[in-house]
Amino acid sequence: MSKILVIAEHDGTKLSQATARCVTCASQVPGAEVTVAVFAADPAAVAAQAAALNGVAAVVTVAAGHNAHALAATLAPQVVKLAAGYSHVFGPSTSFGKDLMPRVAALLGVPQISDAMSVEGTHRFKRPTYAGNAIVTLEAPADRTVVATVRTASFEAATAGGNAPISAASVEATLPTHTRFVSISAPQATDRPDLSSAAKVVSGGRALASKENFALIFSLAGKIGGAVGASRAAVDAGYASNELQVGQTGKIIAPELYIAVGISGAIQHLTGIKDAKTIVAINKDPEAPIFEVSDLGLVGDLFQVLPEMEKLLG
Amino acid sequence: MRKILVGIKRVVDYNVRVRVKPDGSGVVTDGVKMSVNPFDEIALEEALRIRERGEAAEVVAVSIGPDDAQQQLRTALAMGADRAILVKTDAALEPLAAAKAFLAVISKENPDLVIVGKQAIDDDAAQTGPMIAALWDRPQATFASKVEIKGTTATIVREVDAGLETIEVDLPAVISADLRLNEPRYVKLPDIMKAKKKPLDVIDLASLGVSAEAGLKCVLVEPPKPRAKGIMVKDVAELVDALKKKGLV
Ligand SMILES: Cc1cc2nc3c(=O)[nH]c(=O)nc-3n(C[C@H](O)[C@H](O)[C@H](O)COP(=O)(O)OP(=O)(O)OC[C@H]3O[C@@H](n4cnc5c(N)ncnc54)[C@H](O)[C@@H]3O)c2cc1C
Repeated sequence: MSKILVIAEHDGTKLSQATARCVTCASQVPGAEVTVAVFAADPAAVAAQAAALNGVAAVVTVAAGHNAHALAATLAPQVVKLAAGYSHVFGPSTSFGKDLMPRVAALLGVPQISDAMSVEGTHRFKRPTYAGNAIVTLEAPADRTVVATVRTASFEAATAGGNAPISAASVEATLPTHTRFVSISAPQATDRPDLSSAAKVVSGGRALASKENFALIFSLAGKIGGAVGASRAAVDAGYASNELQVGQTGKIIAPELYIAVGISGAIQHLTGIKDAKTIVAINKDPEAPIFEVSDLGLVGDLFQVLPEMEKLLG
Repeated sequence: MRKILVGIKRVVDYNVRVRVKPDGSGVVTDGVKMSVNPFDEIALEEALRIRERGEAAEVVAVSIGPDDAQQQLRTALAMGADRAILVKTDAALEPLAAAKAFLAVISKENPDLVIVGKQAIDDDAAQTGPMIAALWDRPQATFASKVEIKGTTATIVREVDAGLETIEVDLPAVISADLRLNEPRYVKLPDIMKAKKKPLDVIDLASLGVSAEAGLKCVLVEPPKPRAKGIMVKDVAELVDALKKKGLV
């Protein structure tokens, strides 16, 4: 049997969809018995959401004031303690998991598998390297804990319908005081869907040429009920905020529909959208590499195309 | 502070279209342009700026890799690092082994700060920074987009999925650099000449007592599945029609 501990990502009230995707990956490990661990100041709400996911056998909570904010240095020693008796420890490959899991792996003295994109056996996984240009199959040692982050775009989110038991654990670990949370500035909450999990995404690139023009992207996204994304060039130039960046060093997403507007299609960008079901490219350069991956391509000037598109969408 | 160590990895240049070897054993690196990992350039730039503000005395560039990684260390010296250390190994080290090697250098050098890139663009693992911090039992501030040194602490703004998070850490600490931390300087010709005279020590990985053996077995390396060829539409009306037919709008 594979006893898998999935570390929940949450904001104190809501379990992230990335965690639900991580649960799906964990369930695919042969003989999986999946336990979700919730570290929080008050884990009740998040634990209930985790317990309701199909494929989750149990939820353990670690309630403590020092778990109010996810600091890797504080969480890692607790995860290590909790991991005793588990064959696998998984976390989502989000900024949360990428920060935490390597610290856990190093404390356990085991190598980590980053961005697992498919399960090939109890200890065998595929992962992308070189911005997705080379897919590597890795085999972890059978006698050690497998620590992995899960490339969430490669897995559907586990659906609700389960009813796993929730238990509280107390973890005795010496915690450092050398790392302190100060603040987080999240963008104003909107009713727009979240980029990481949206079914539709409209992304803008350097071609938008200004923050004001970038409103065209927001407008089209609003029209189709989609989230907004951006290329690195657009983020660097200040047209869009950093959490909207899509790509190798931004978010890796897998929407049903991805519309790339004025984005050339650099490999670092493409690696973030390869799993999108339908890619639409709008670019005035017929030679732009984005057209090599698009399902529907339109050569044209975005400043004419976007208003016309909105009109036709009614 | 006295000293900052910066990690410099030799990687395939980000402009190269990487190809997988037909026998599935790896990617083609022969005759391919190699460069400093772009995130490490950002890490180094930050260290140099901290030194130039008078907040650090020395910046030491550290690479763990083959003899040829001396080229990348020379680039780091030309950018402005004071000296360089190559931990030589021909093995492709896993992040955990690289972190152990780094730790061995840390115990010799006693830095106040270690700055590395948030990930290397070859294996994209994003592990080494947090692993160094874990083994060193010191704070980590990953995905940094702003660093402020205040005596014996540092305040770091981190690029996280939700937005920007600010944390405070006691020094010494490990910071991993994100894209928007700074824009690395260009190297000028006179700097390249000057860099030739700067000290570059080469030590053998084995002499640090670190094993190069991989924990993970690489079973196969293959190219990604290509996407099915798409179509070009002639105008906006055709595009909107196609999207409606697919039920996407
Ligand atoms: C280490 C590293 C990591 C990186 N990570 C990422 C990442 O995560 N995400 C990412 O996106 N990039 C990333 N990049 C950057 C990447 O290499 C490209 O530079 C970037 O994606 C380019 O953004 P762009 O397509 O918006 O701009 P450009 O490449 O400048 O493309 C603009 C496009 O707009 C088109 N255009 C111009 N005007 C119009 C118009 N009026 N109408 C229609 N089309 C028009 C042009 O034909 C062109 O194709 C990374 C780079 C490095 C080195």
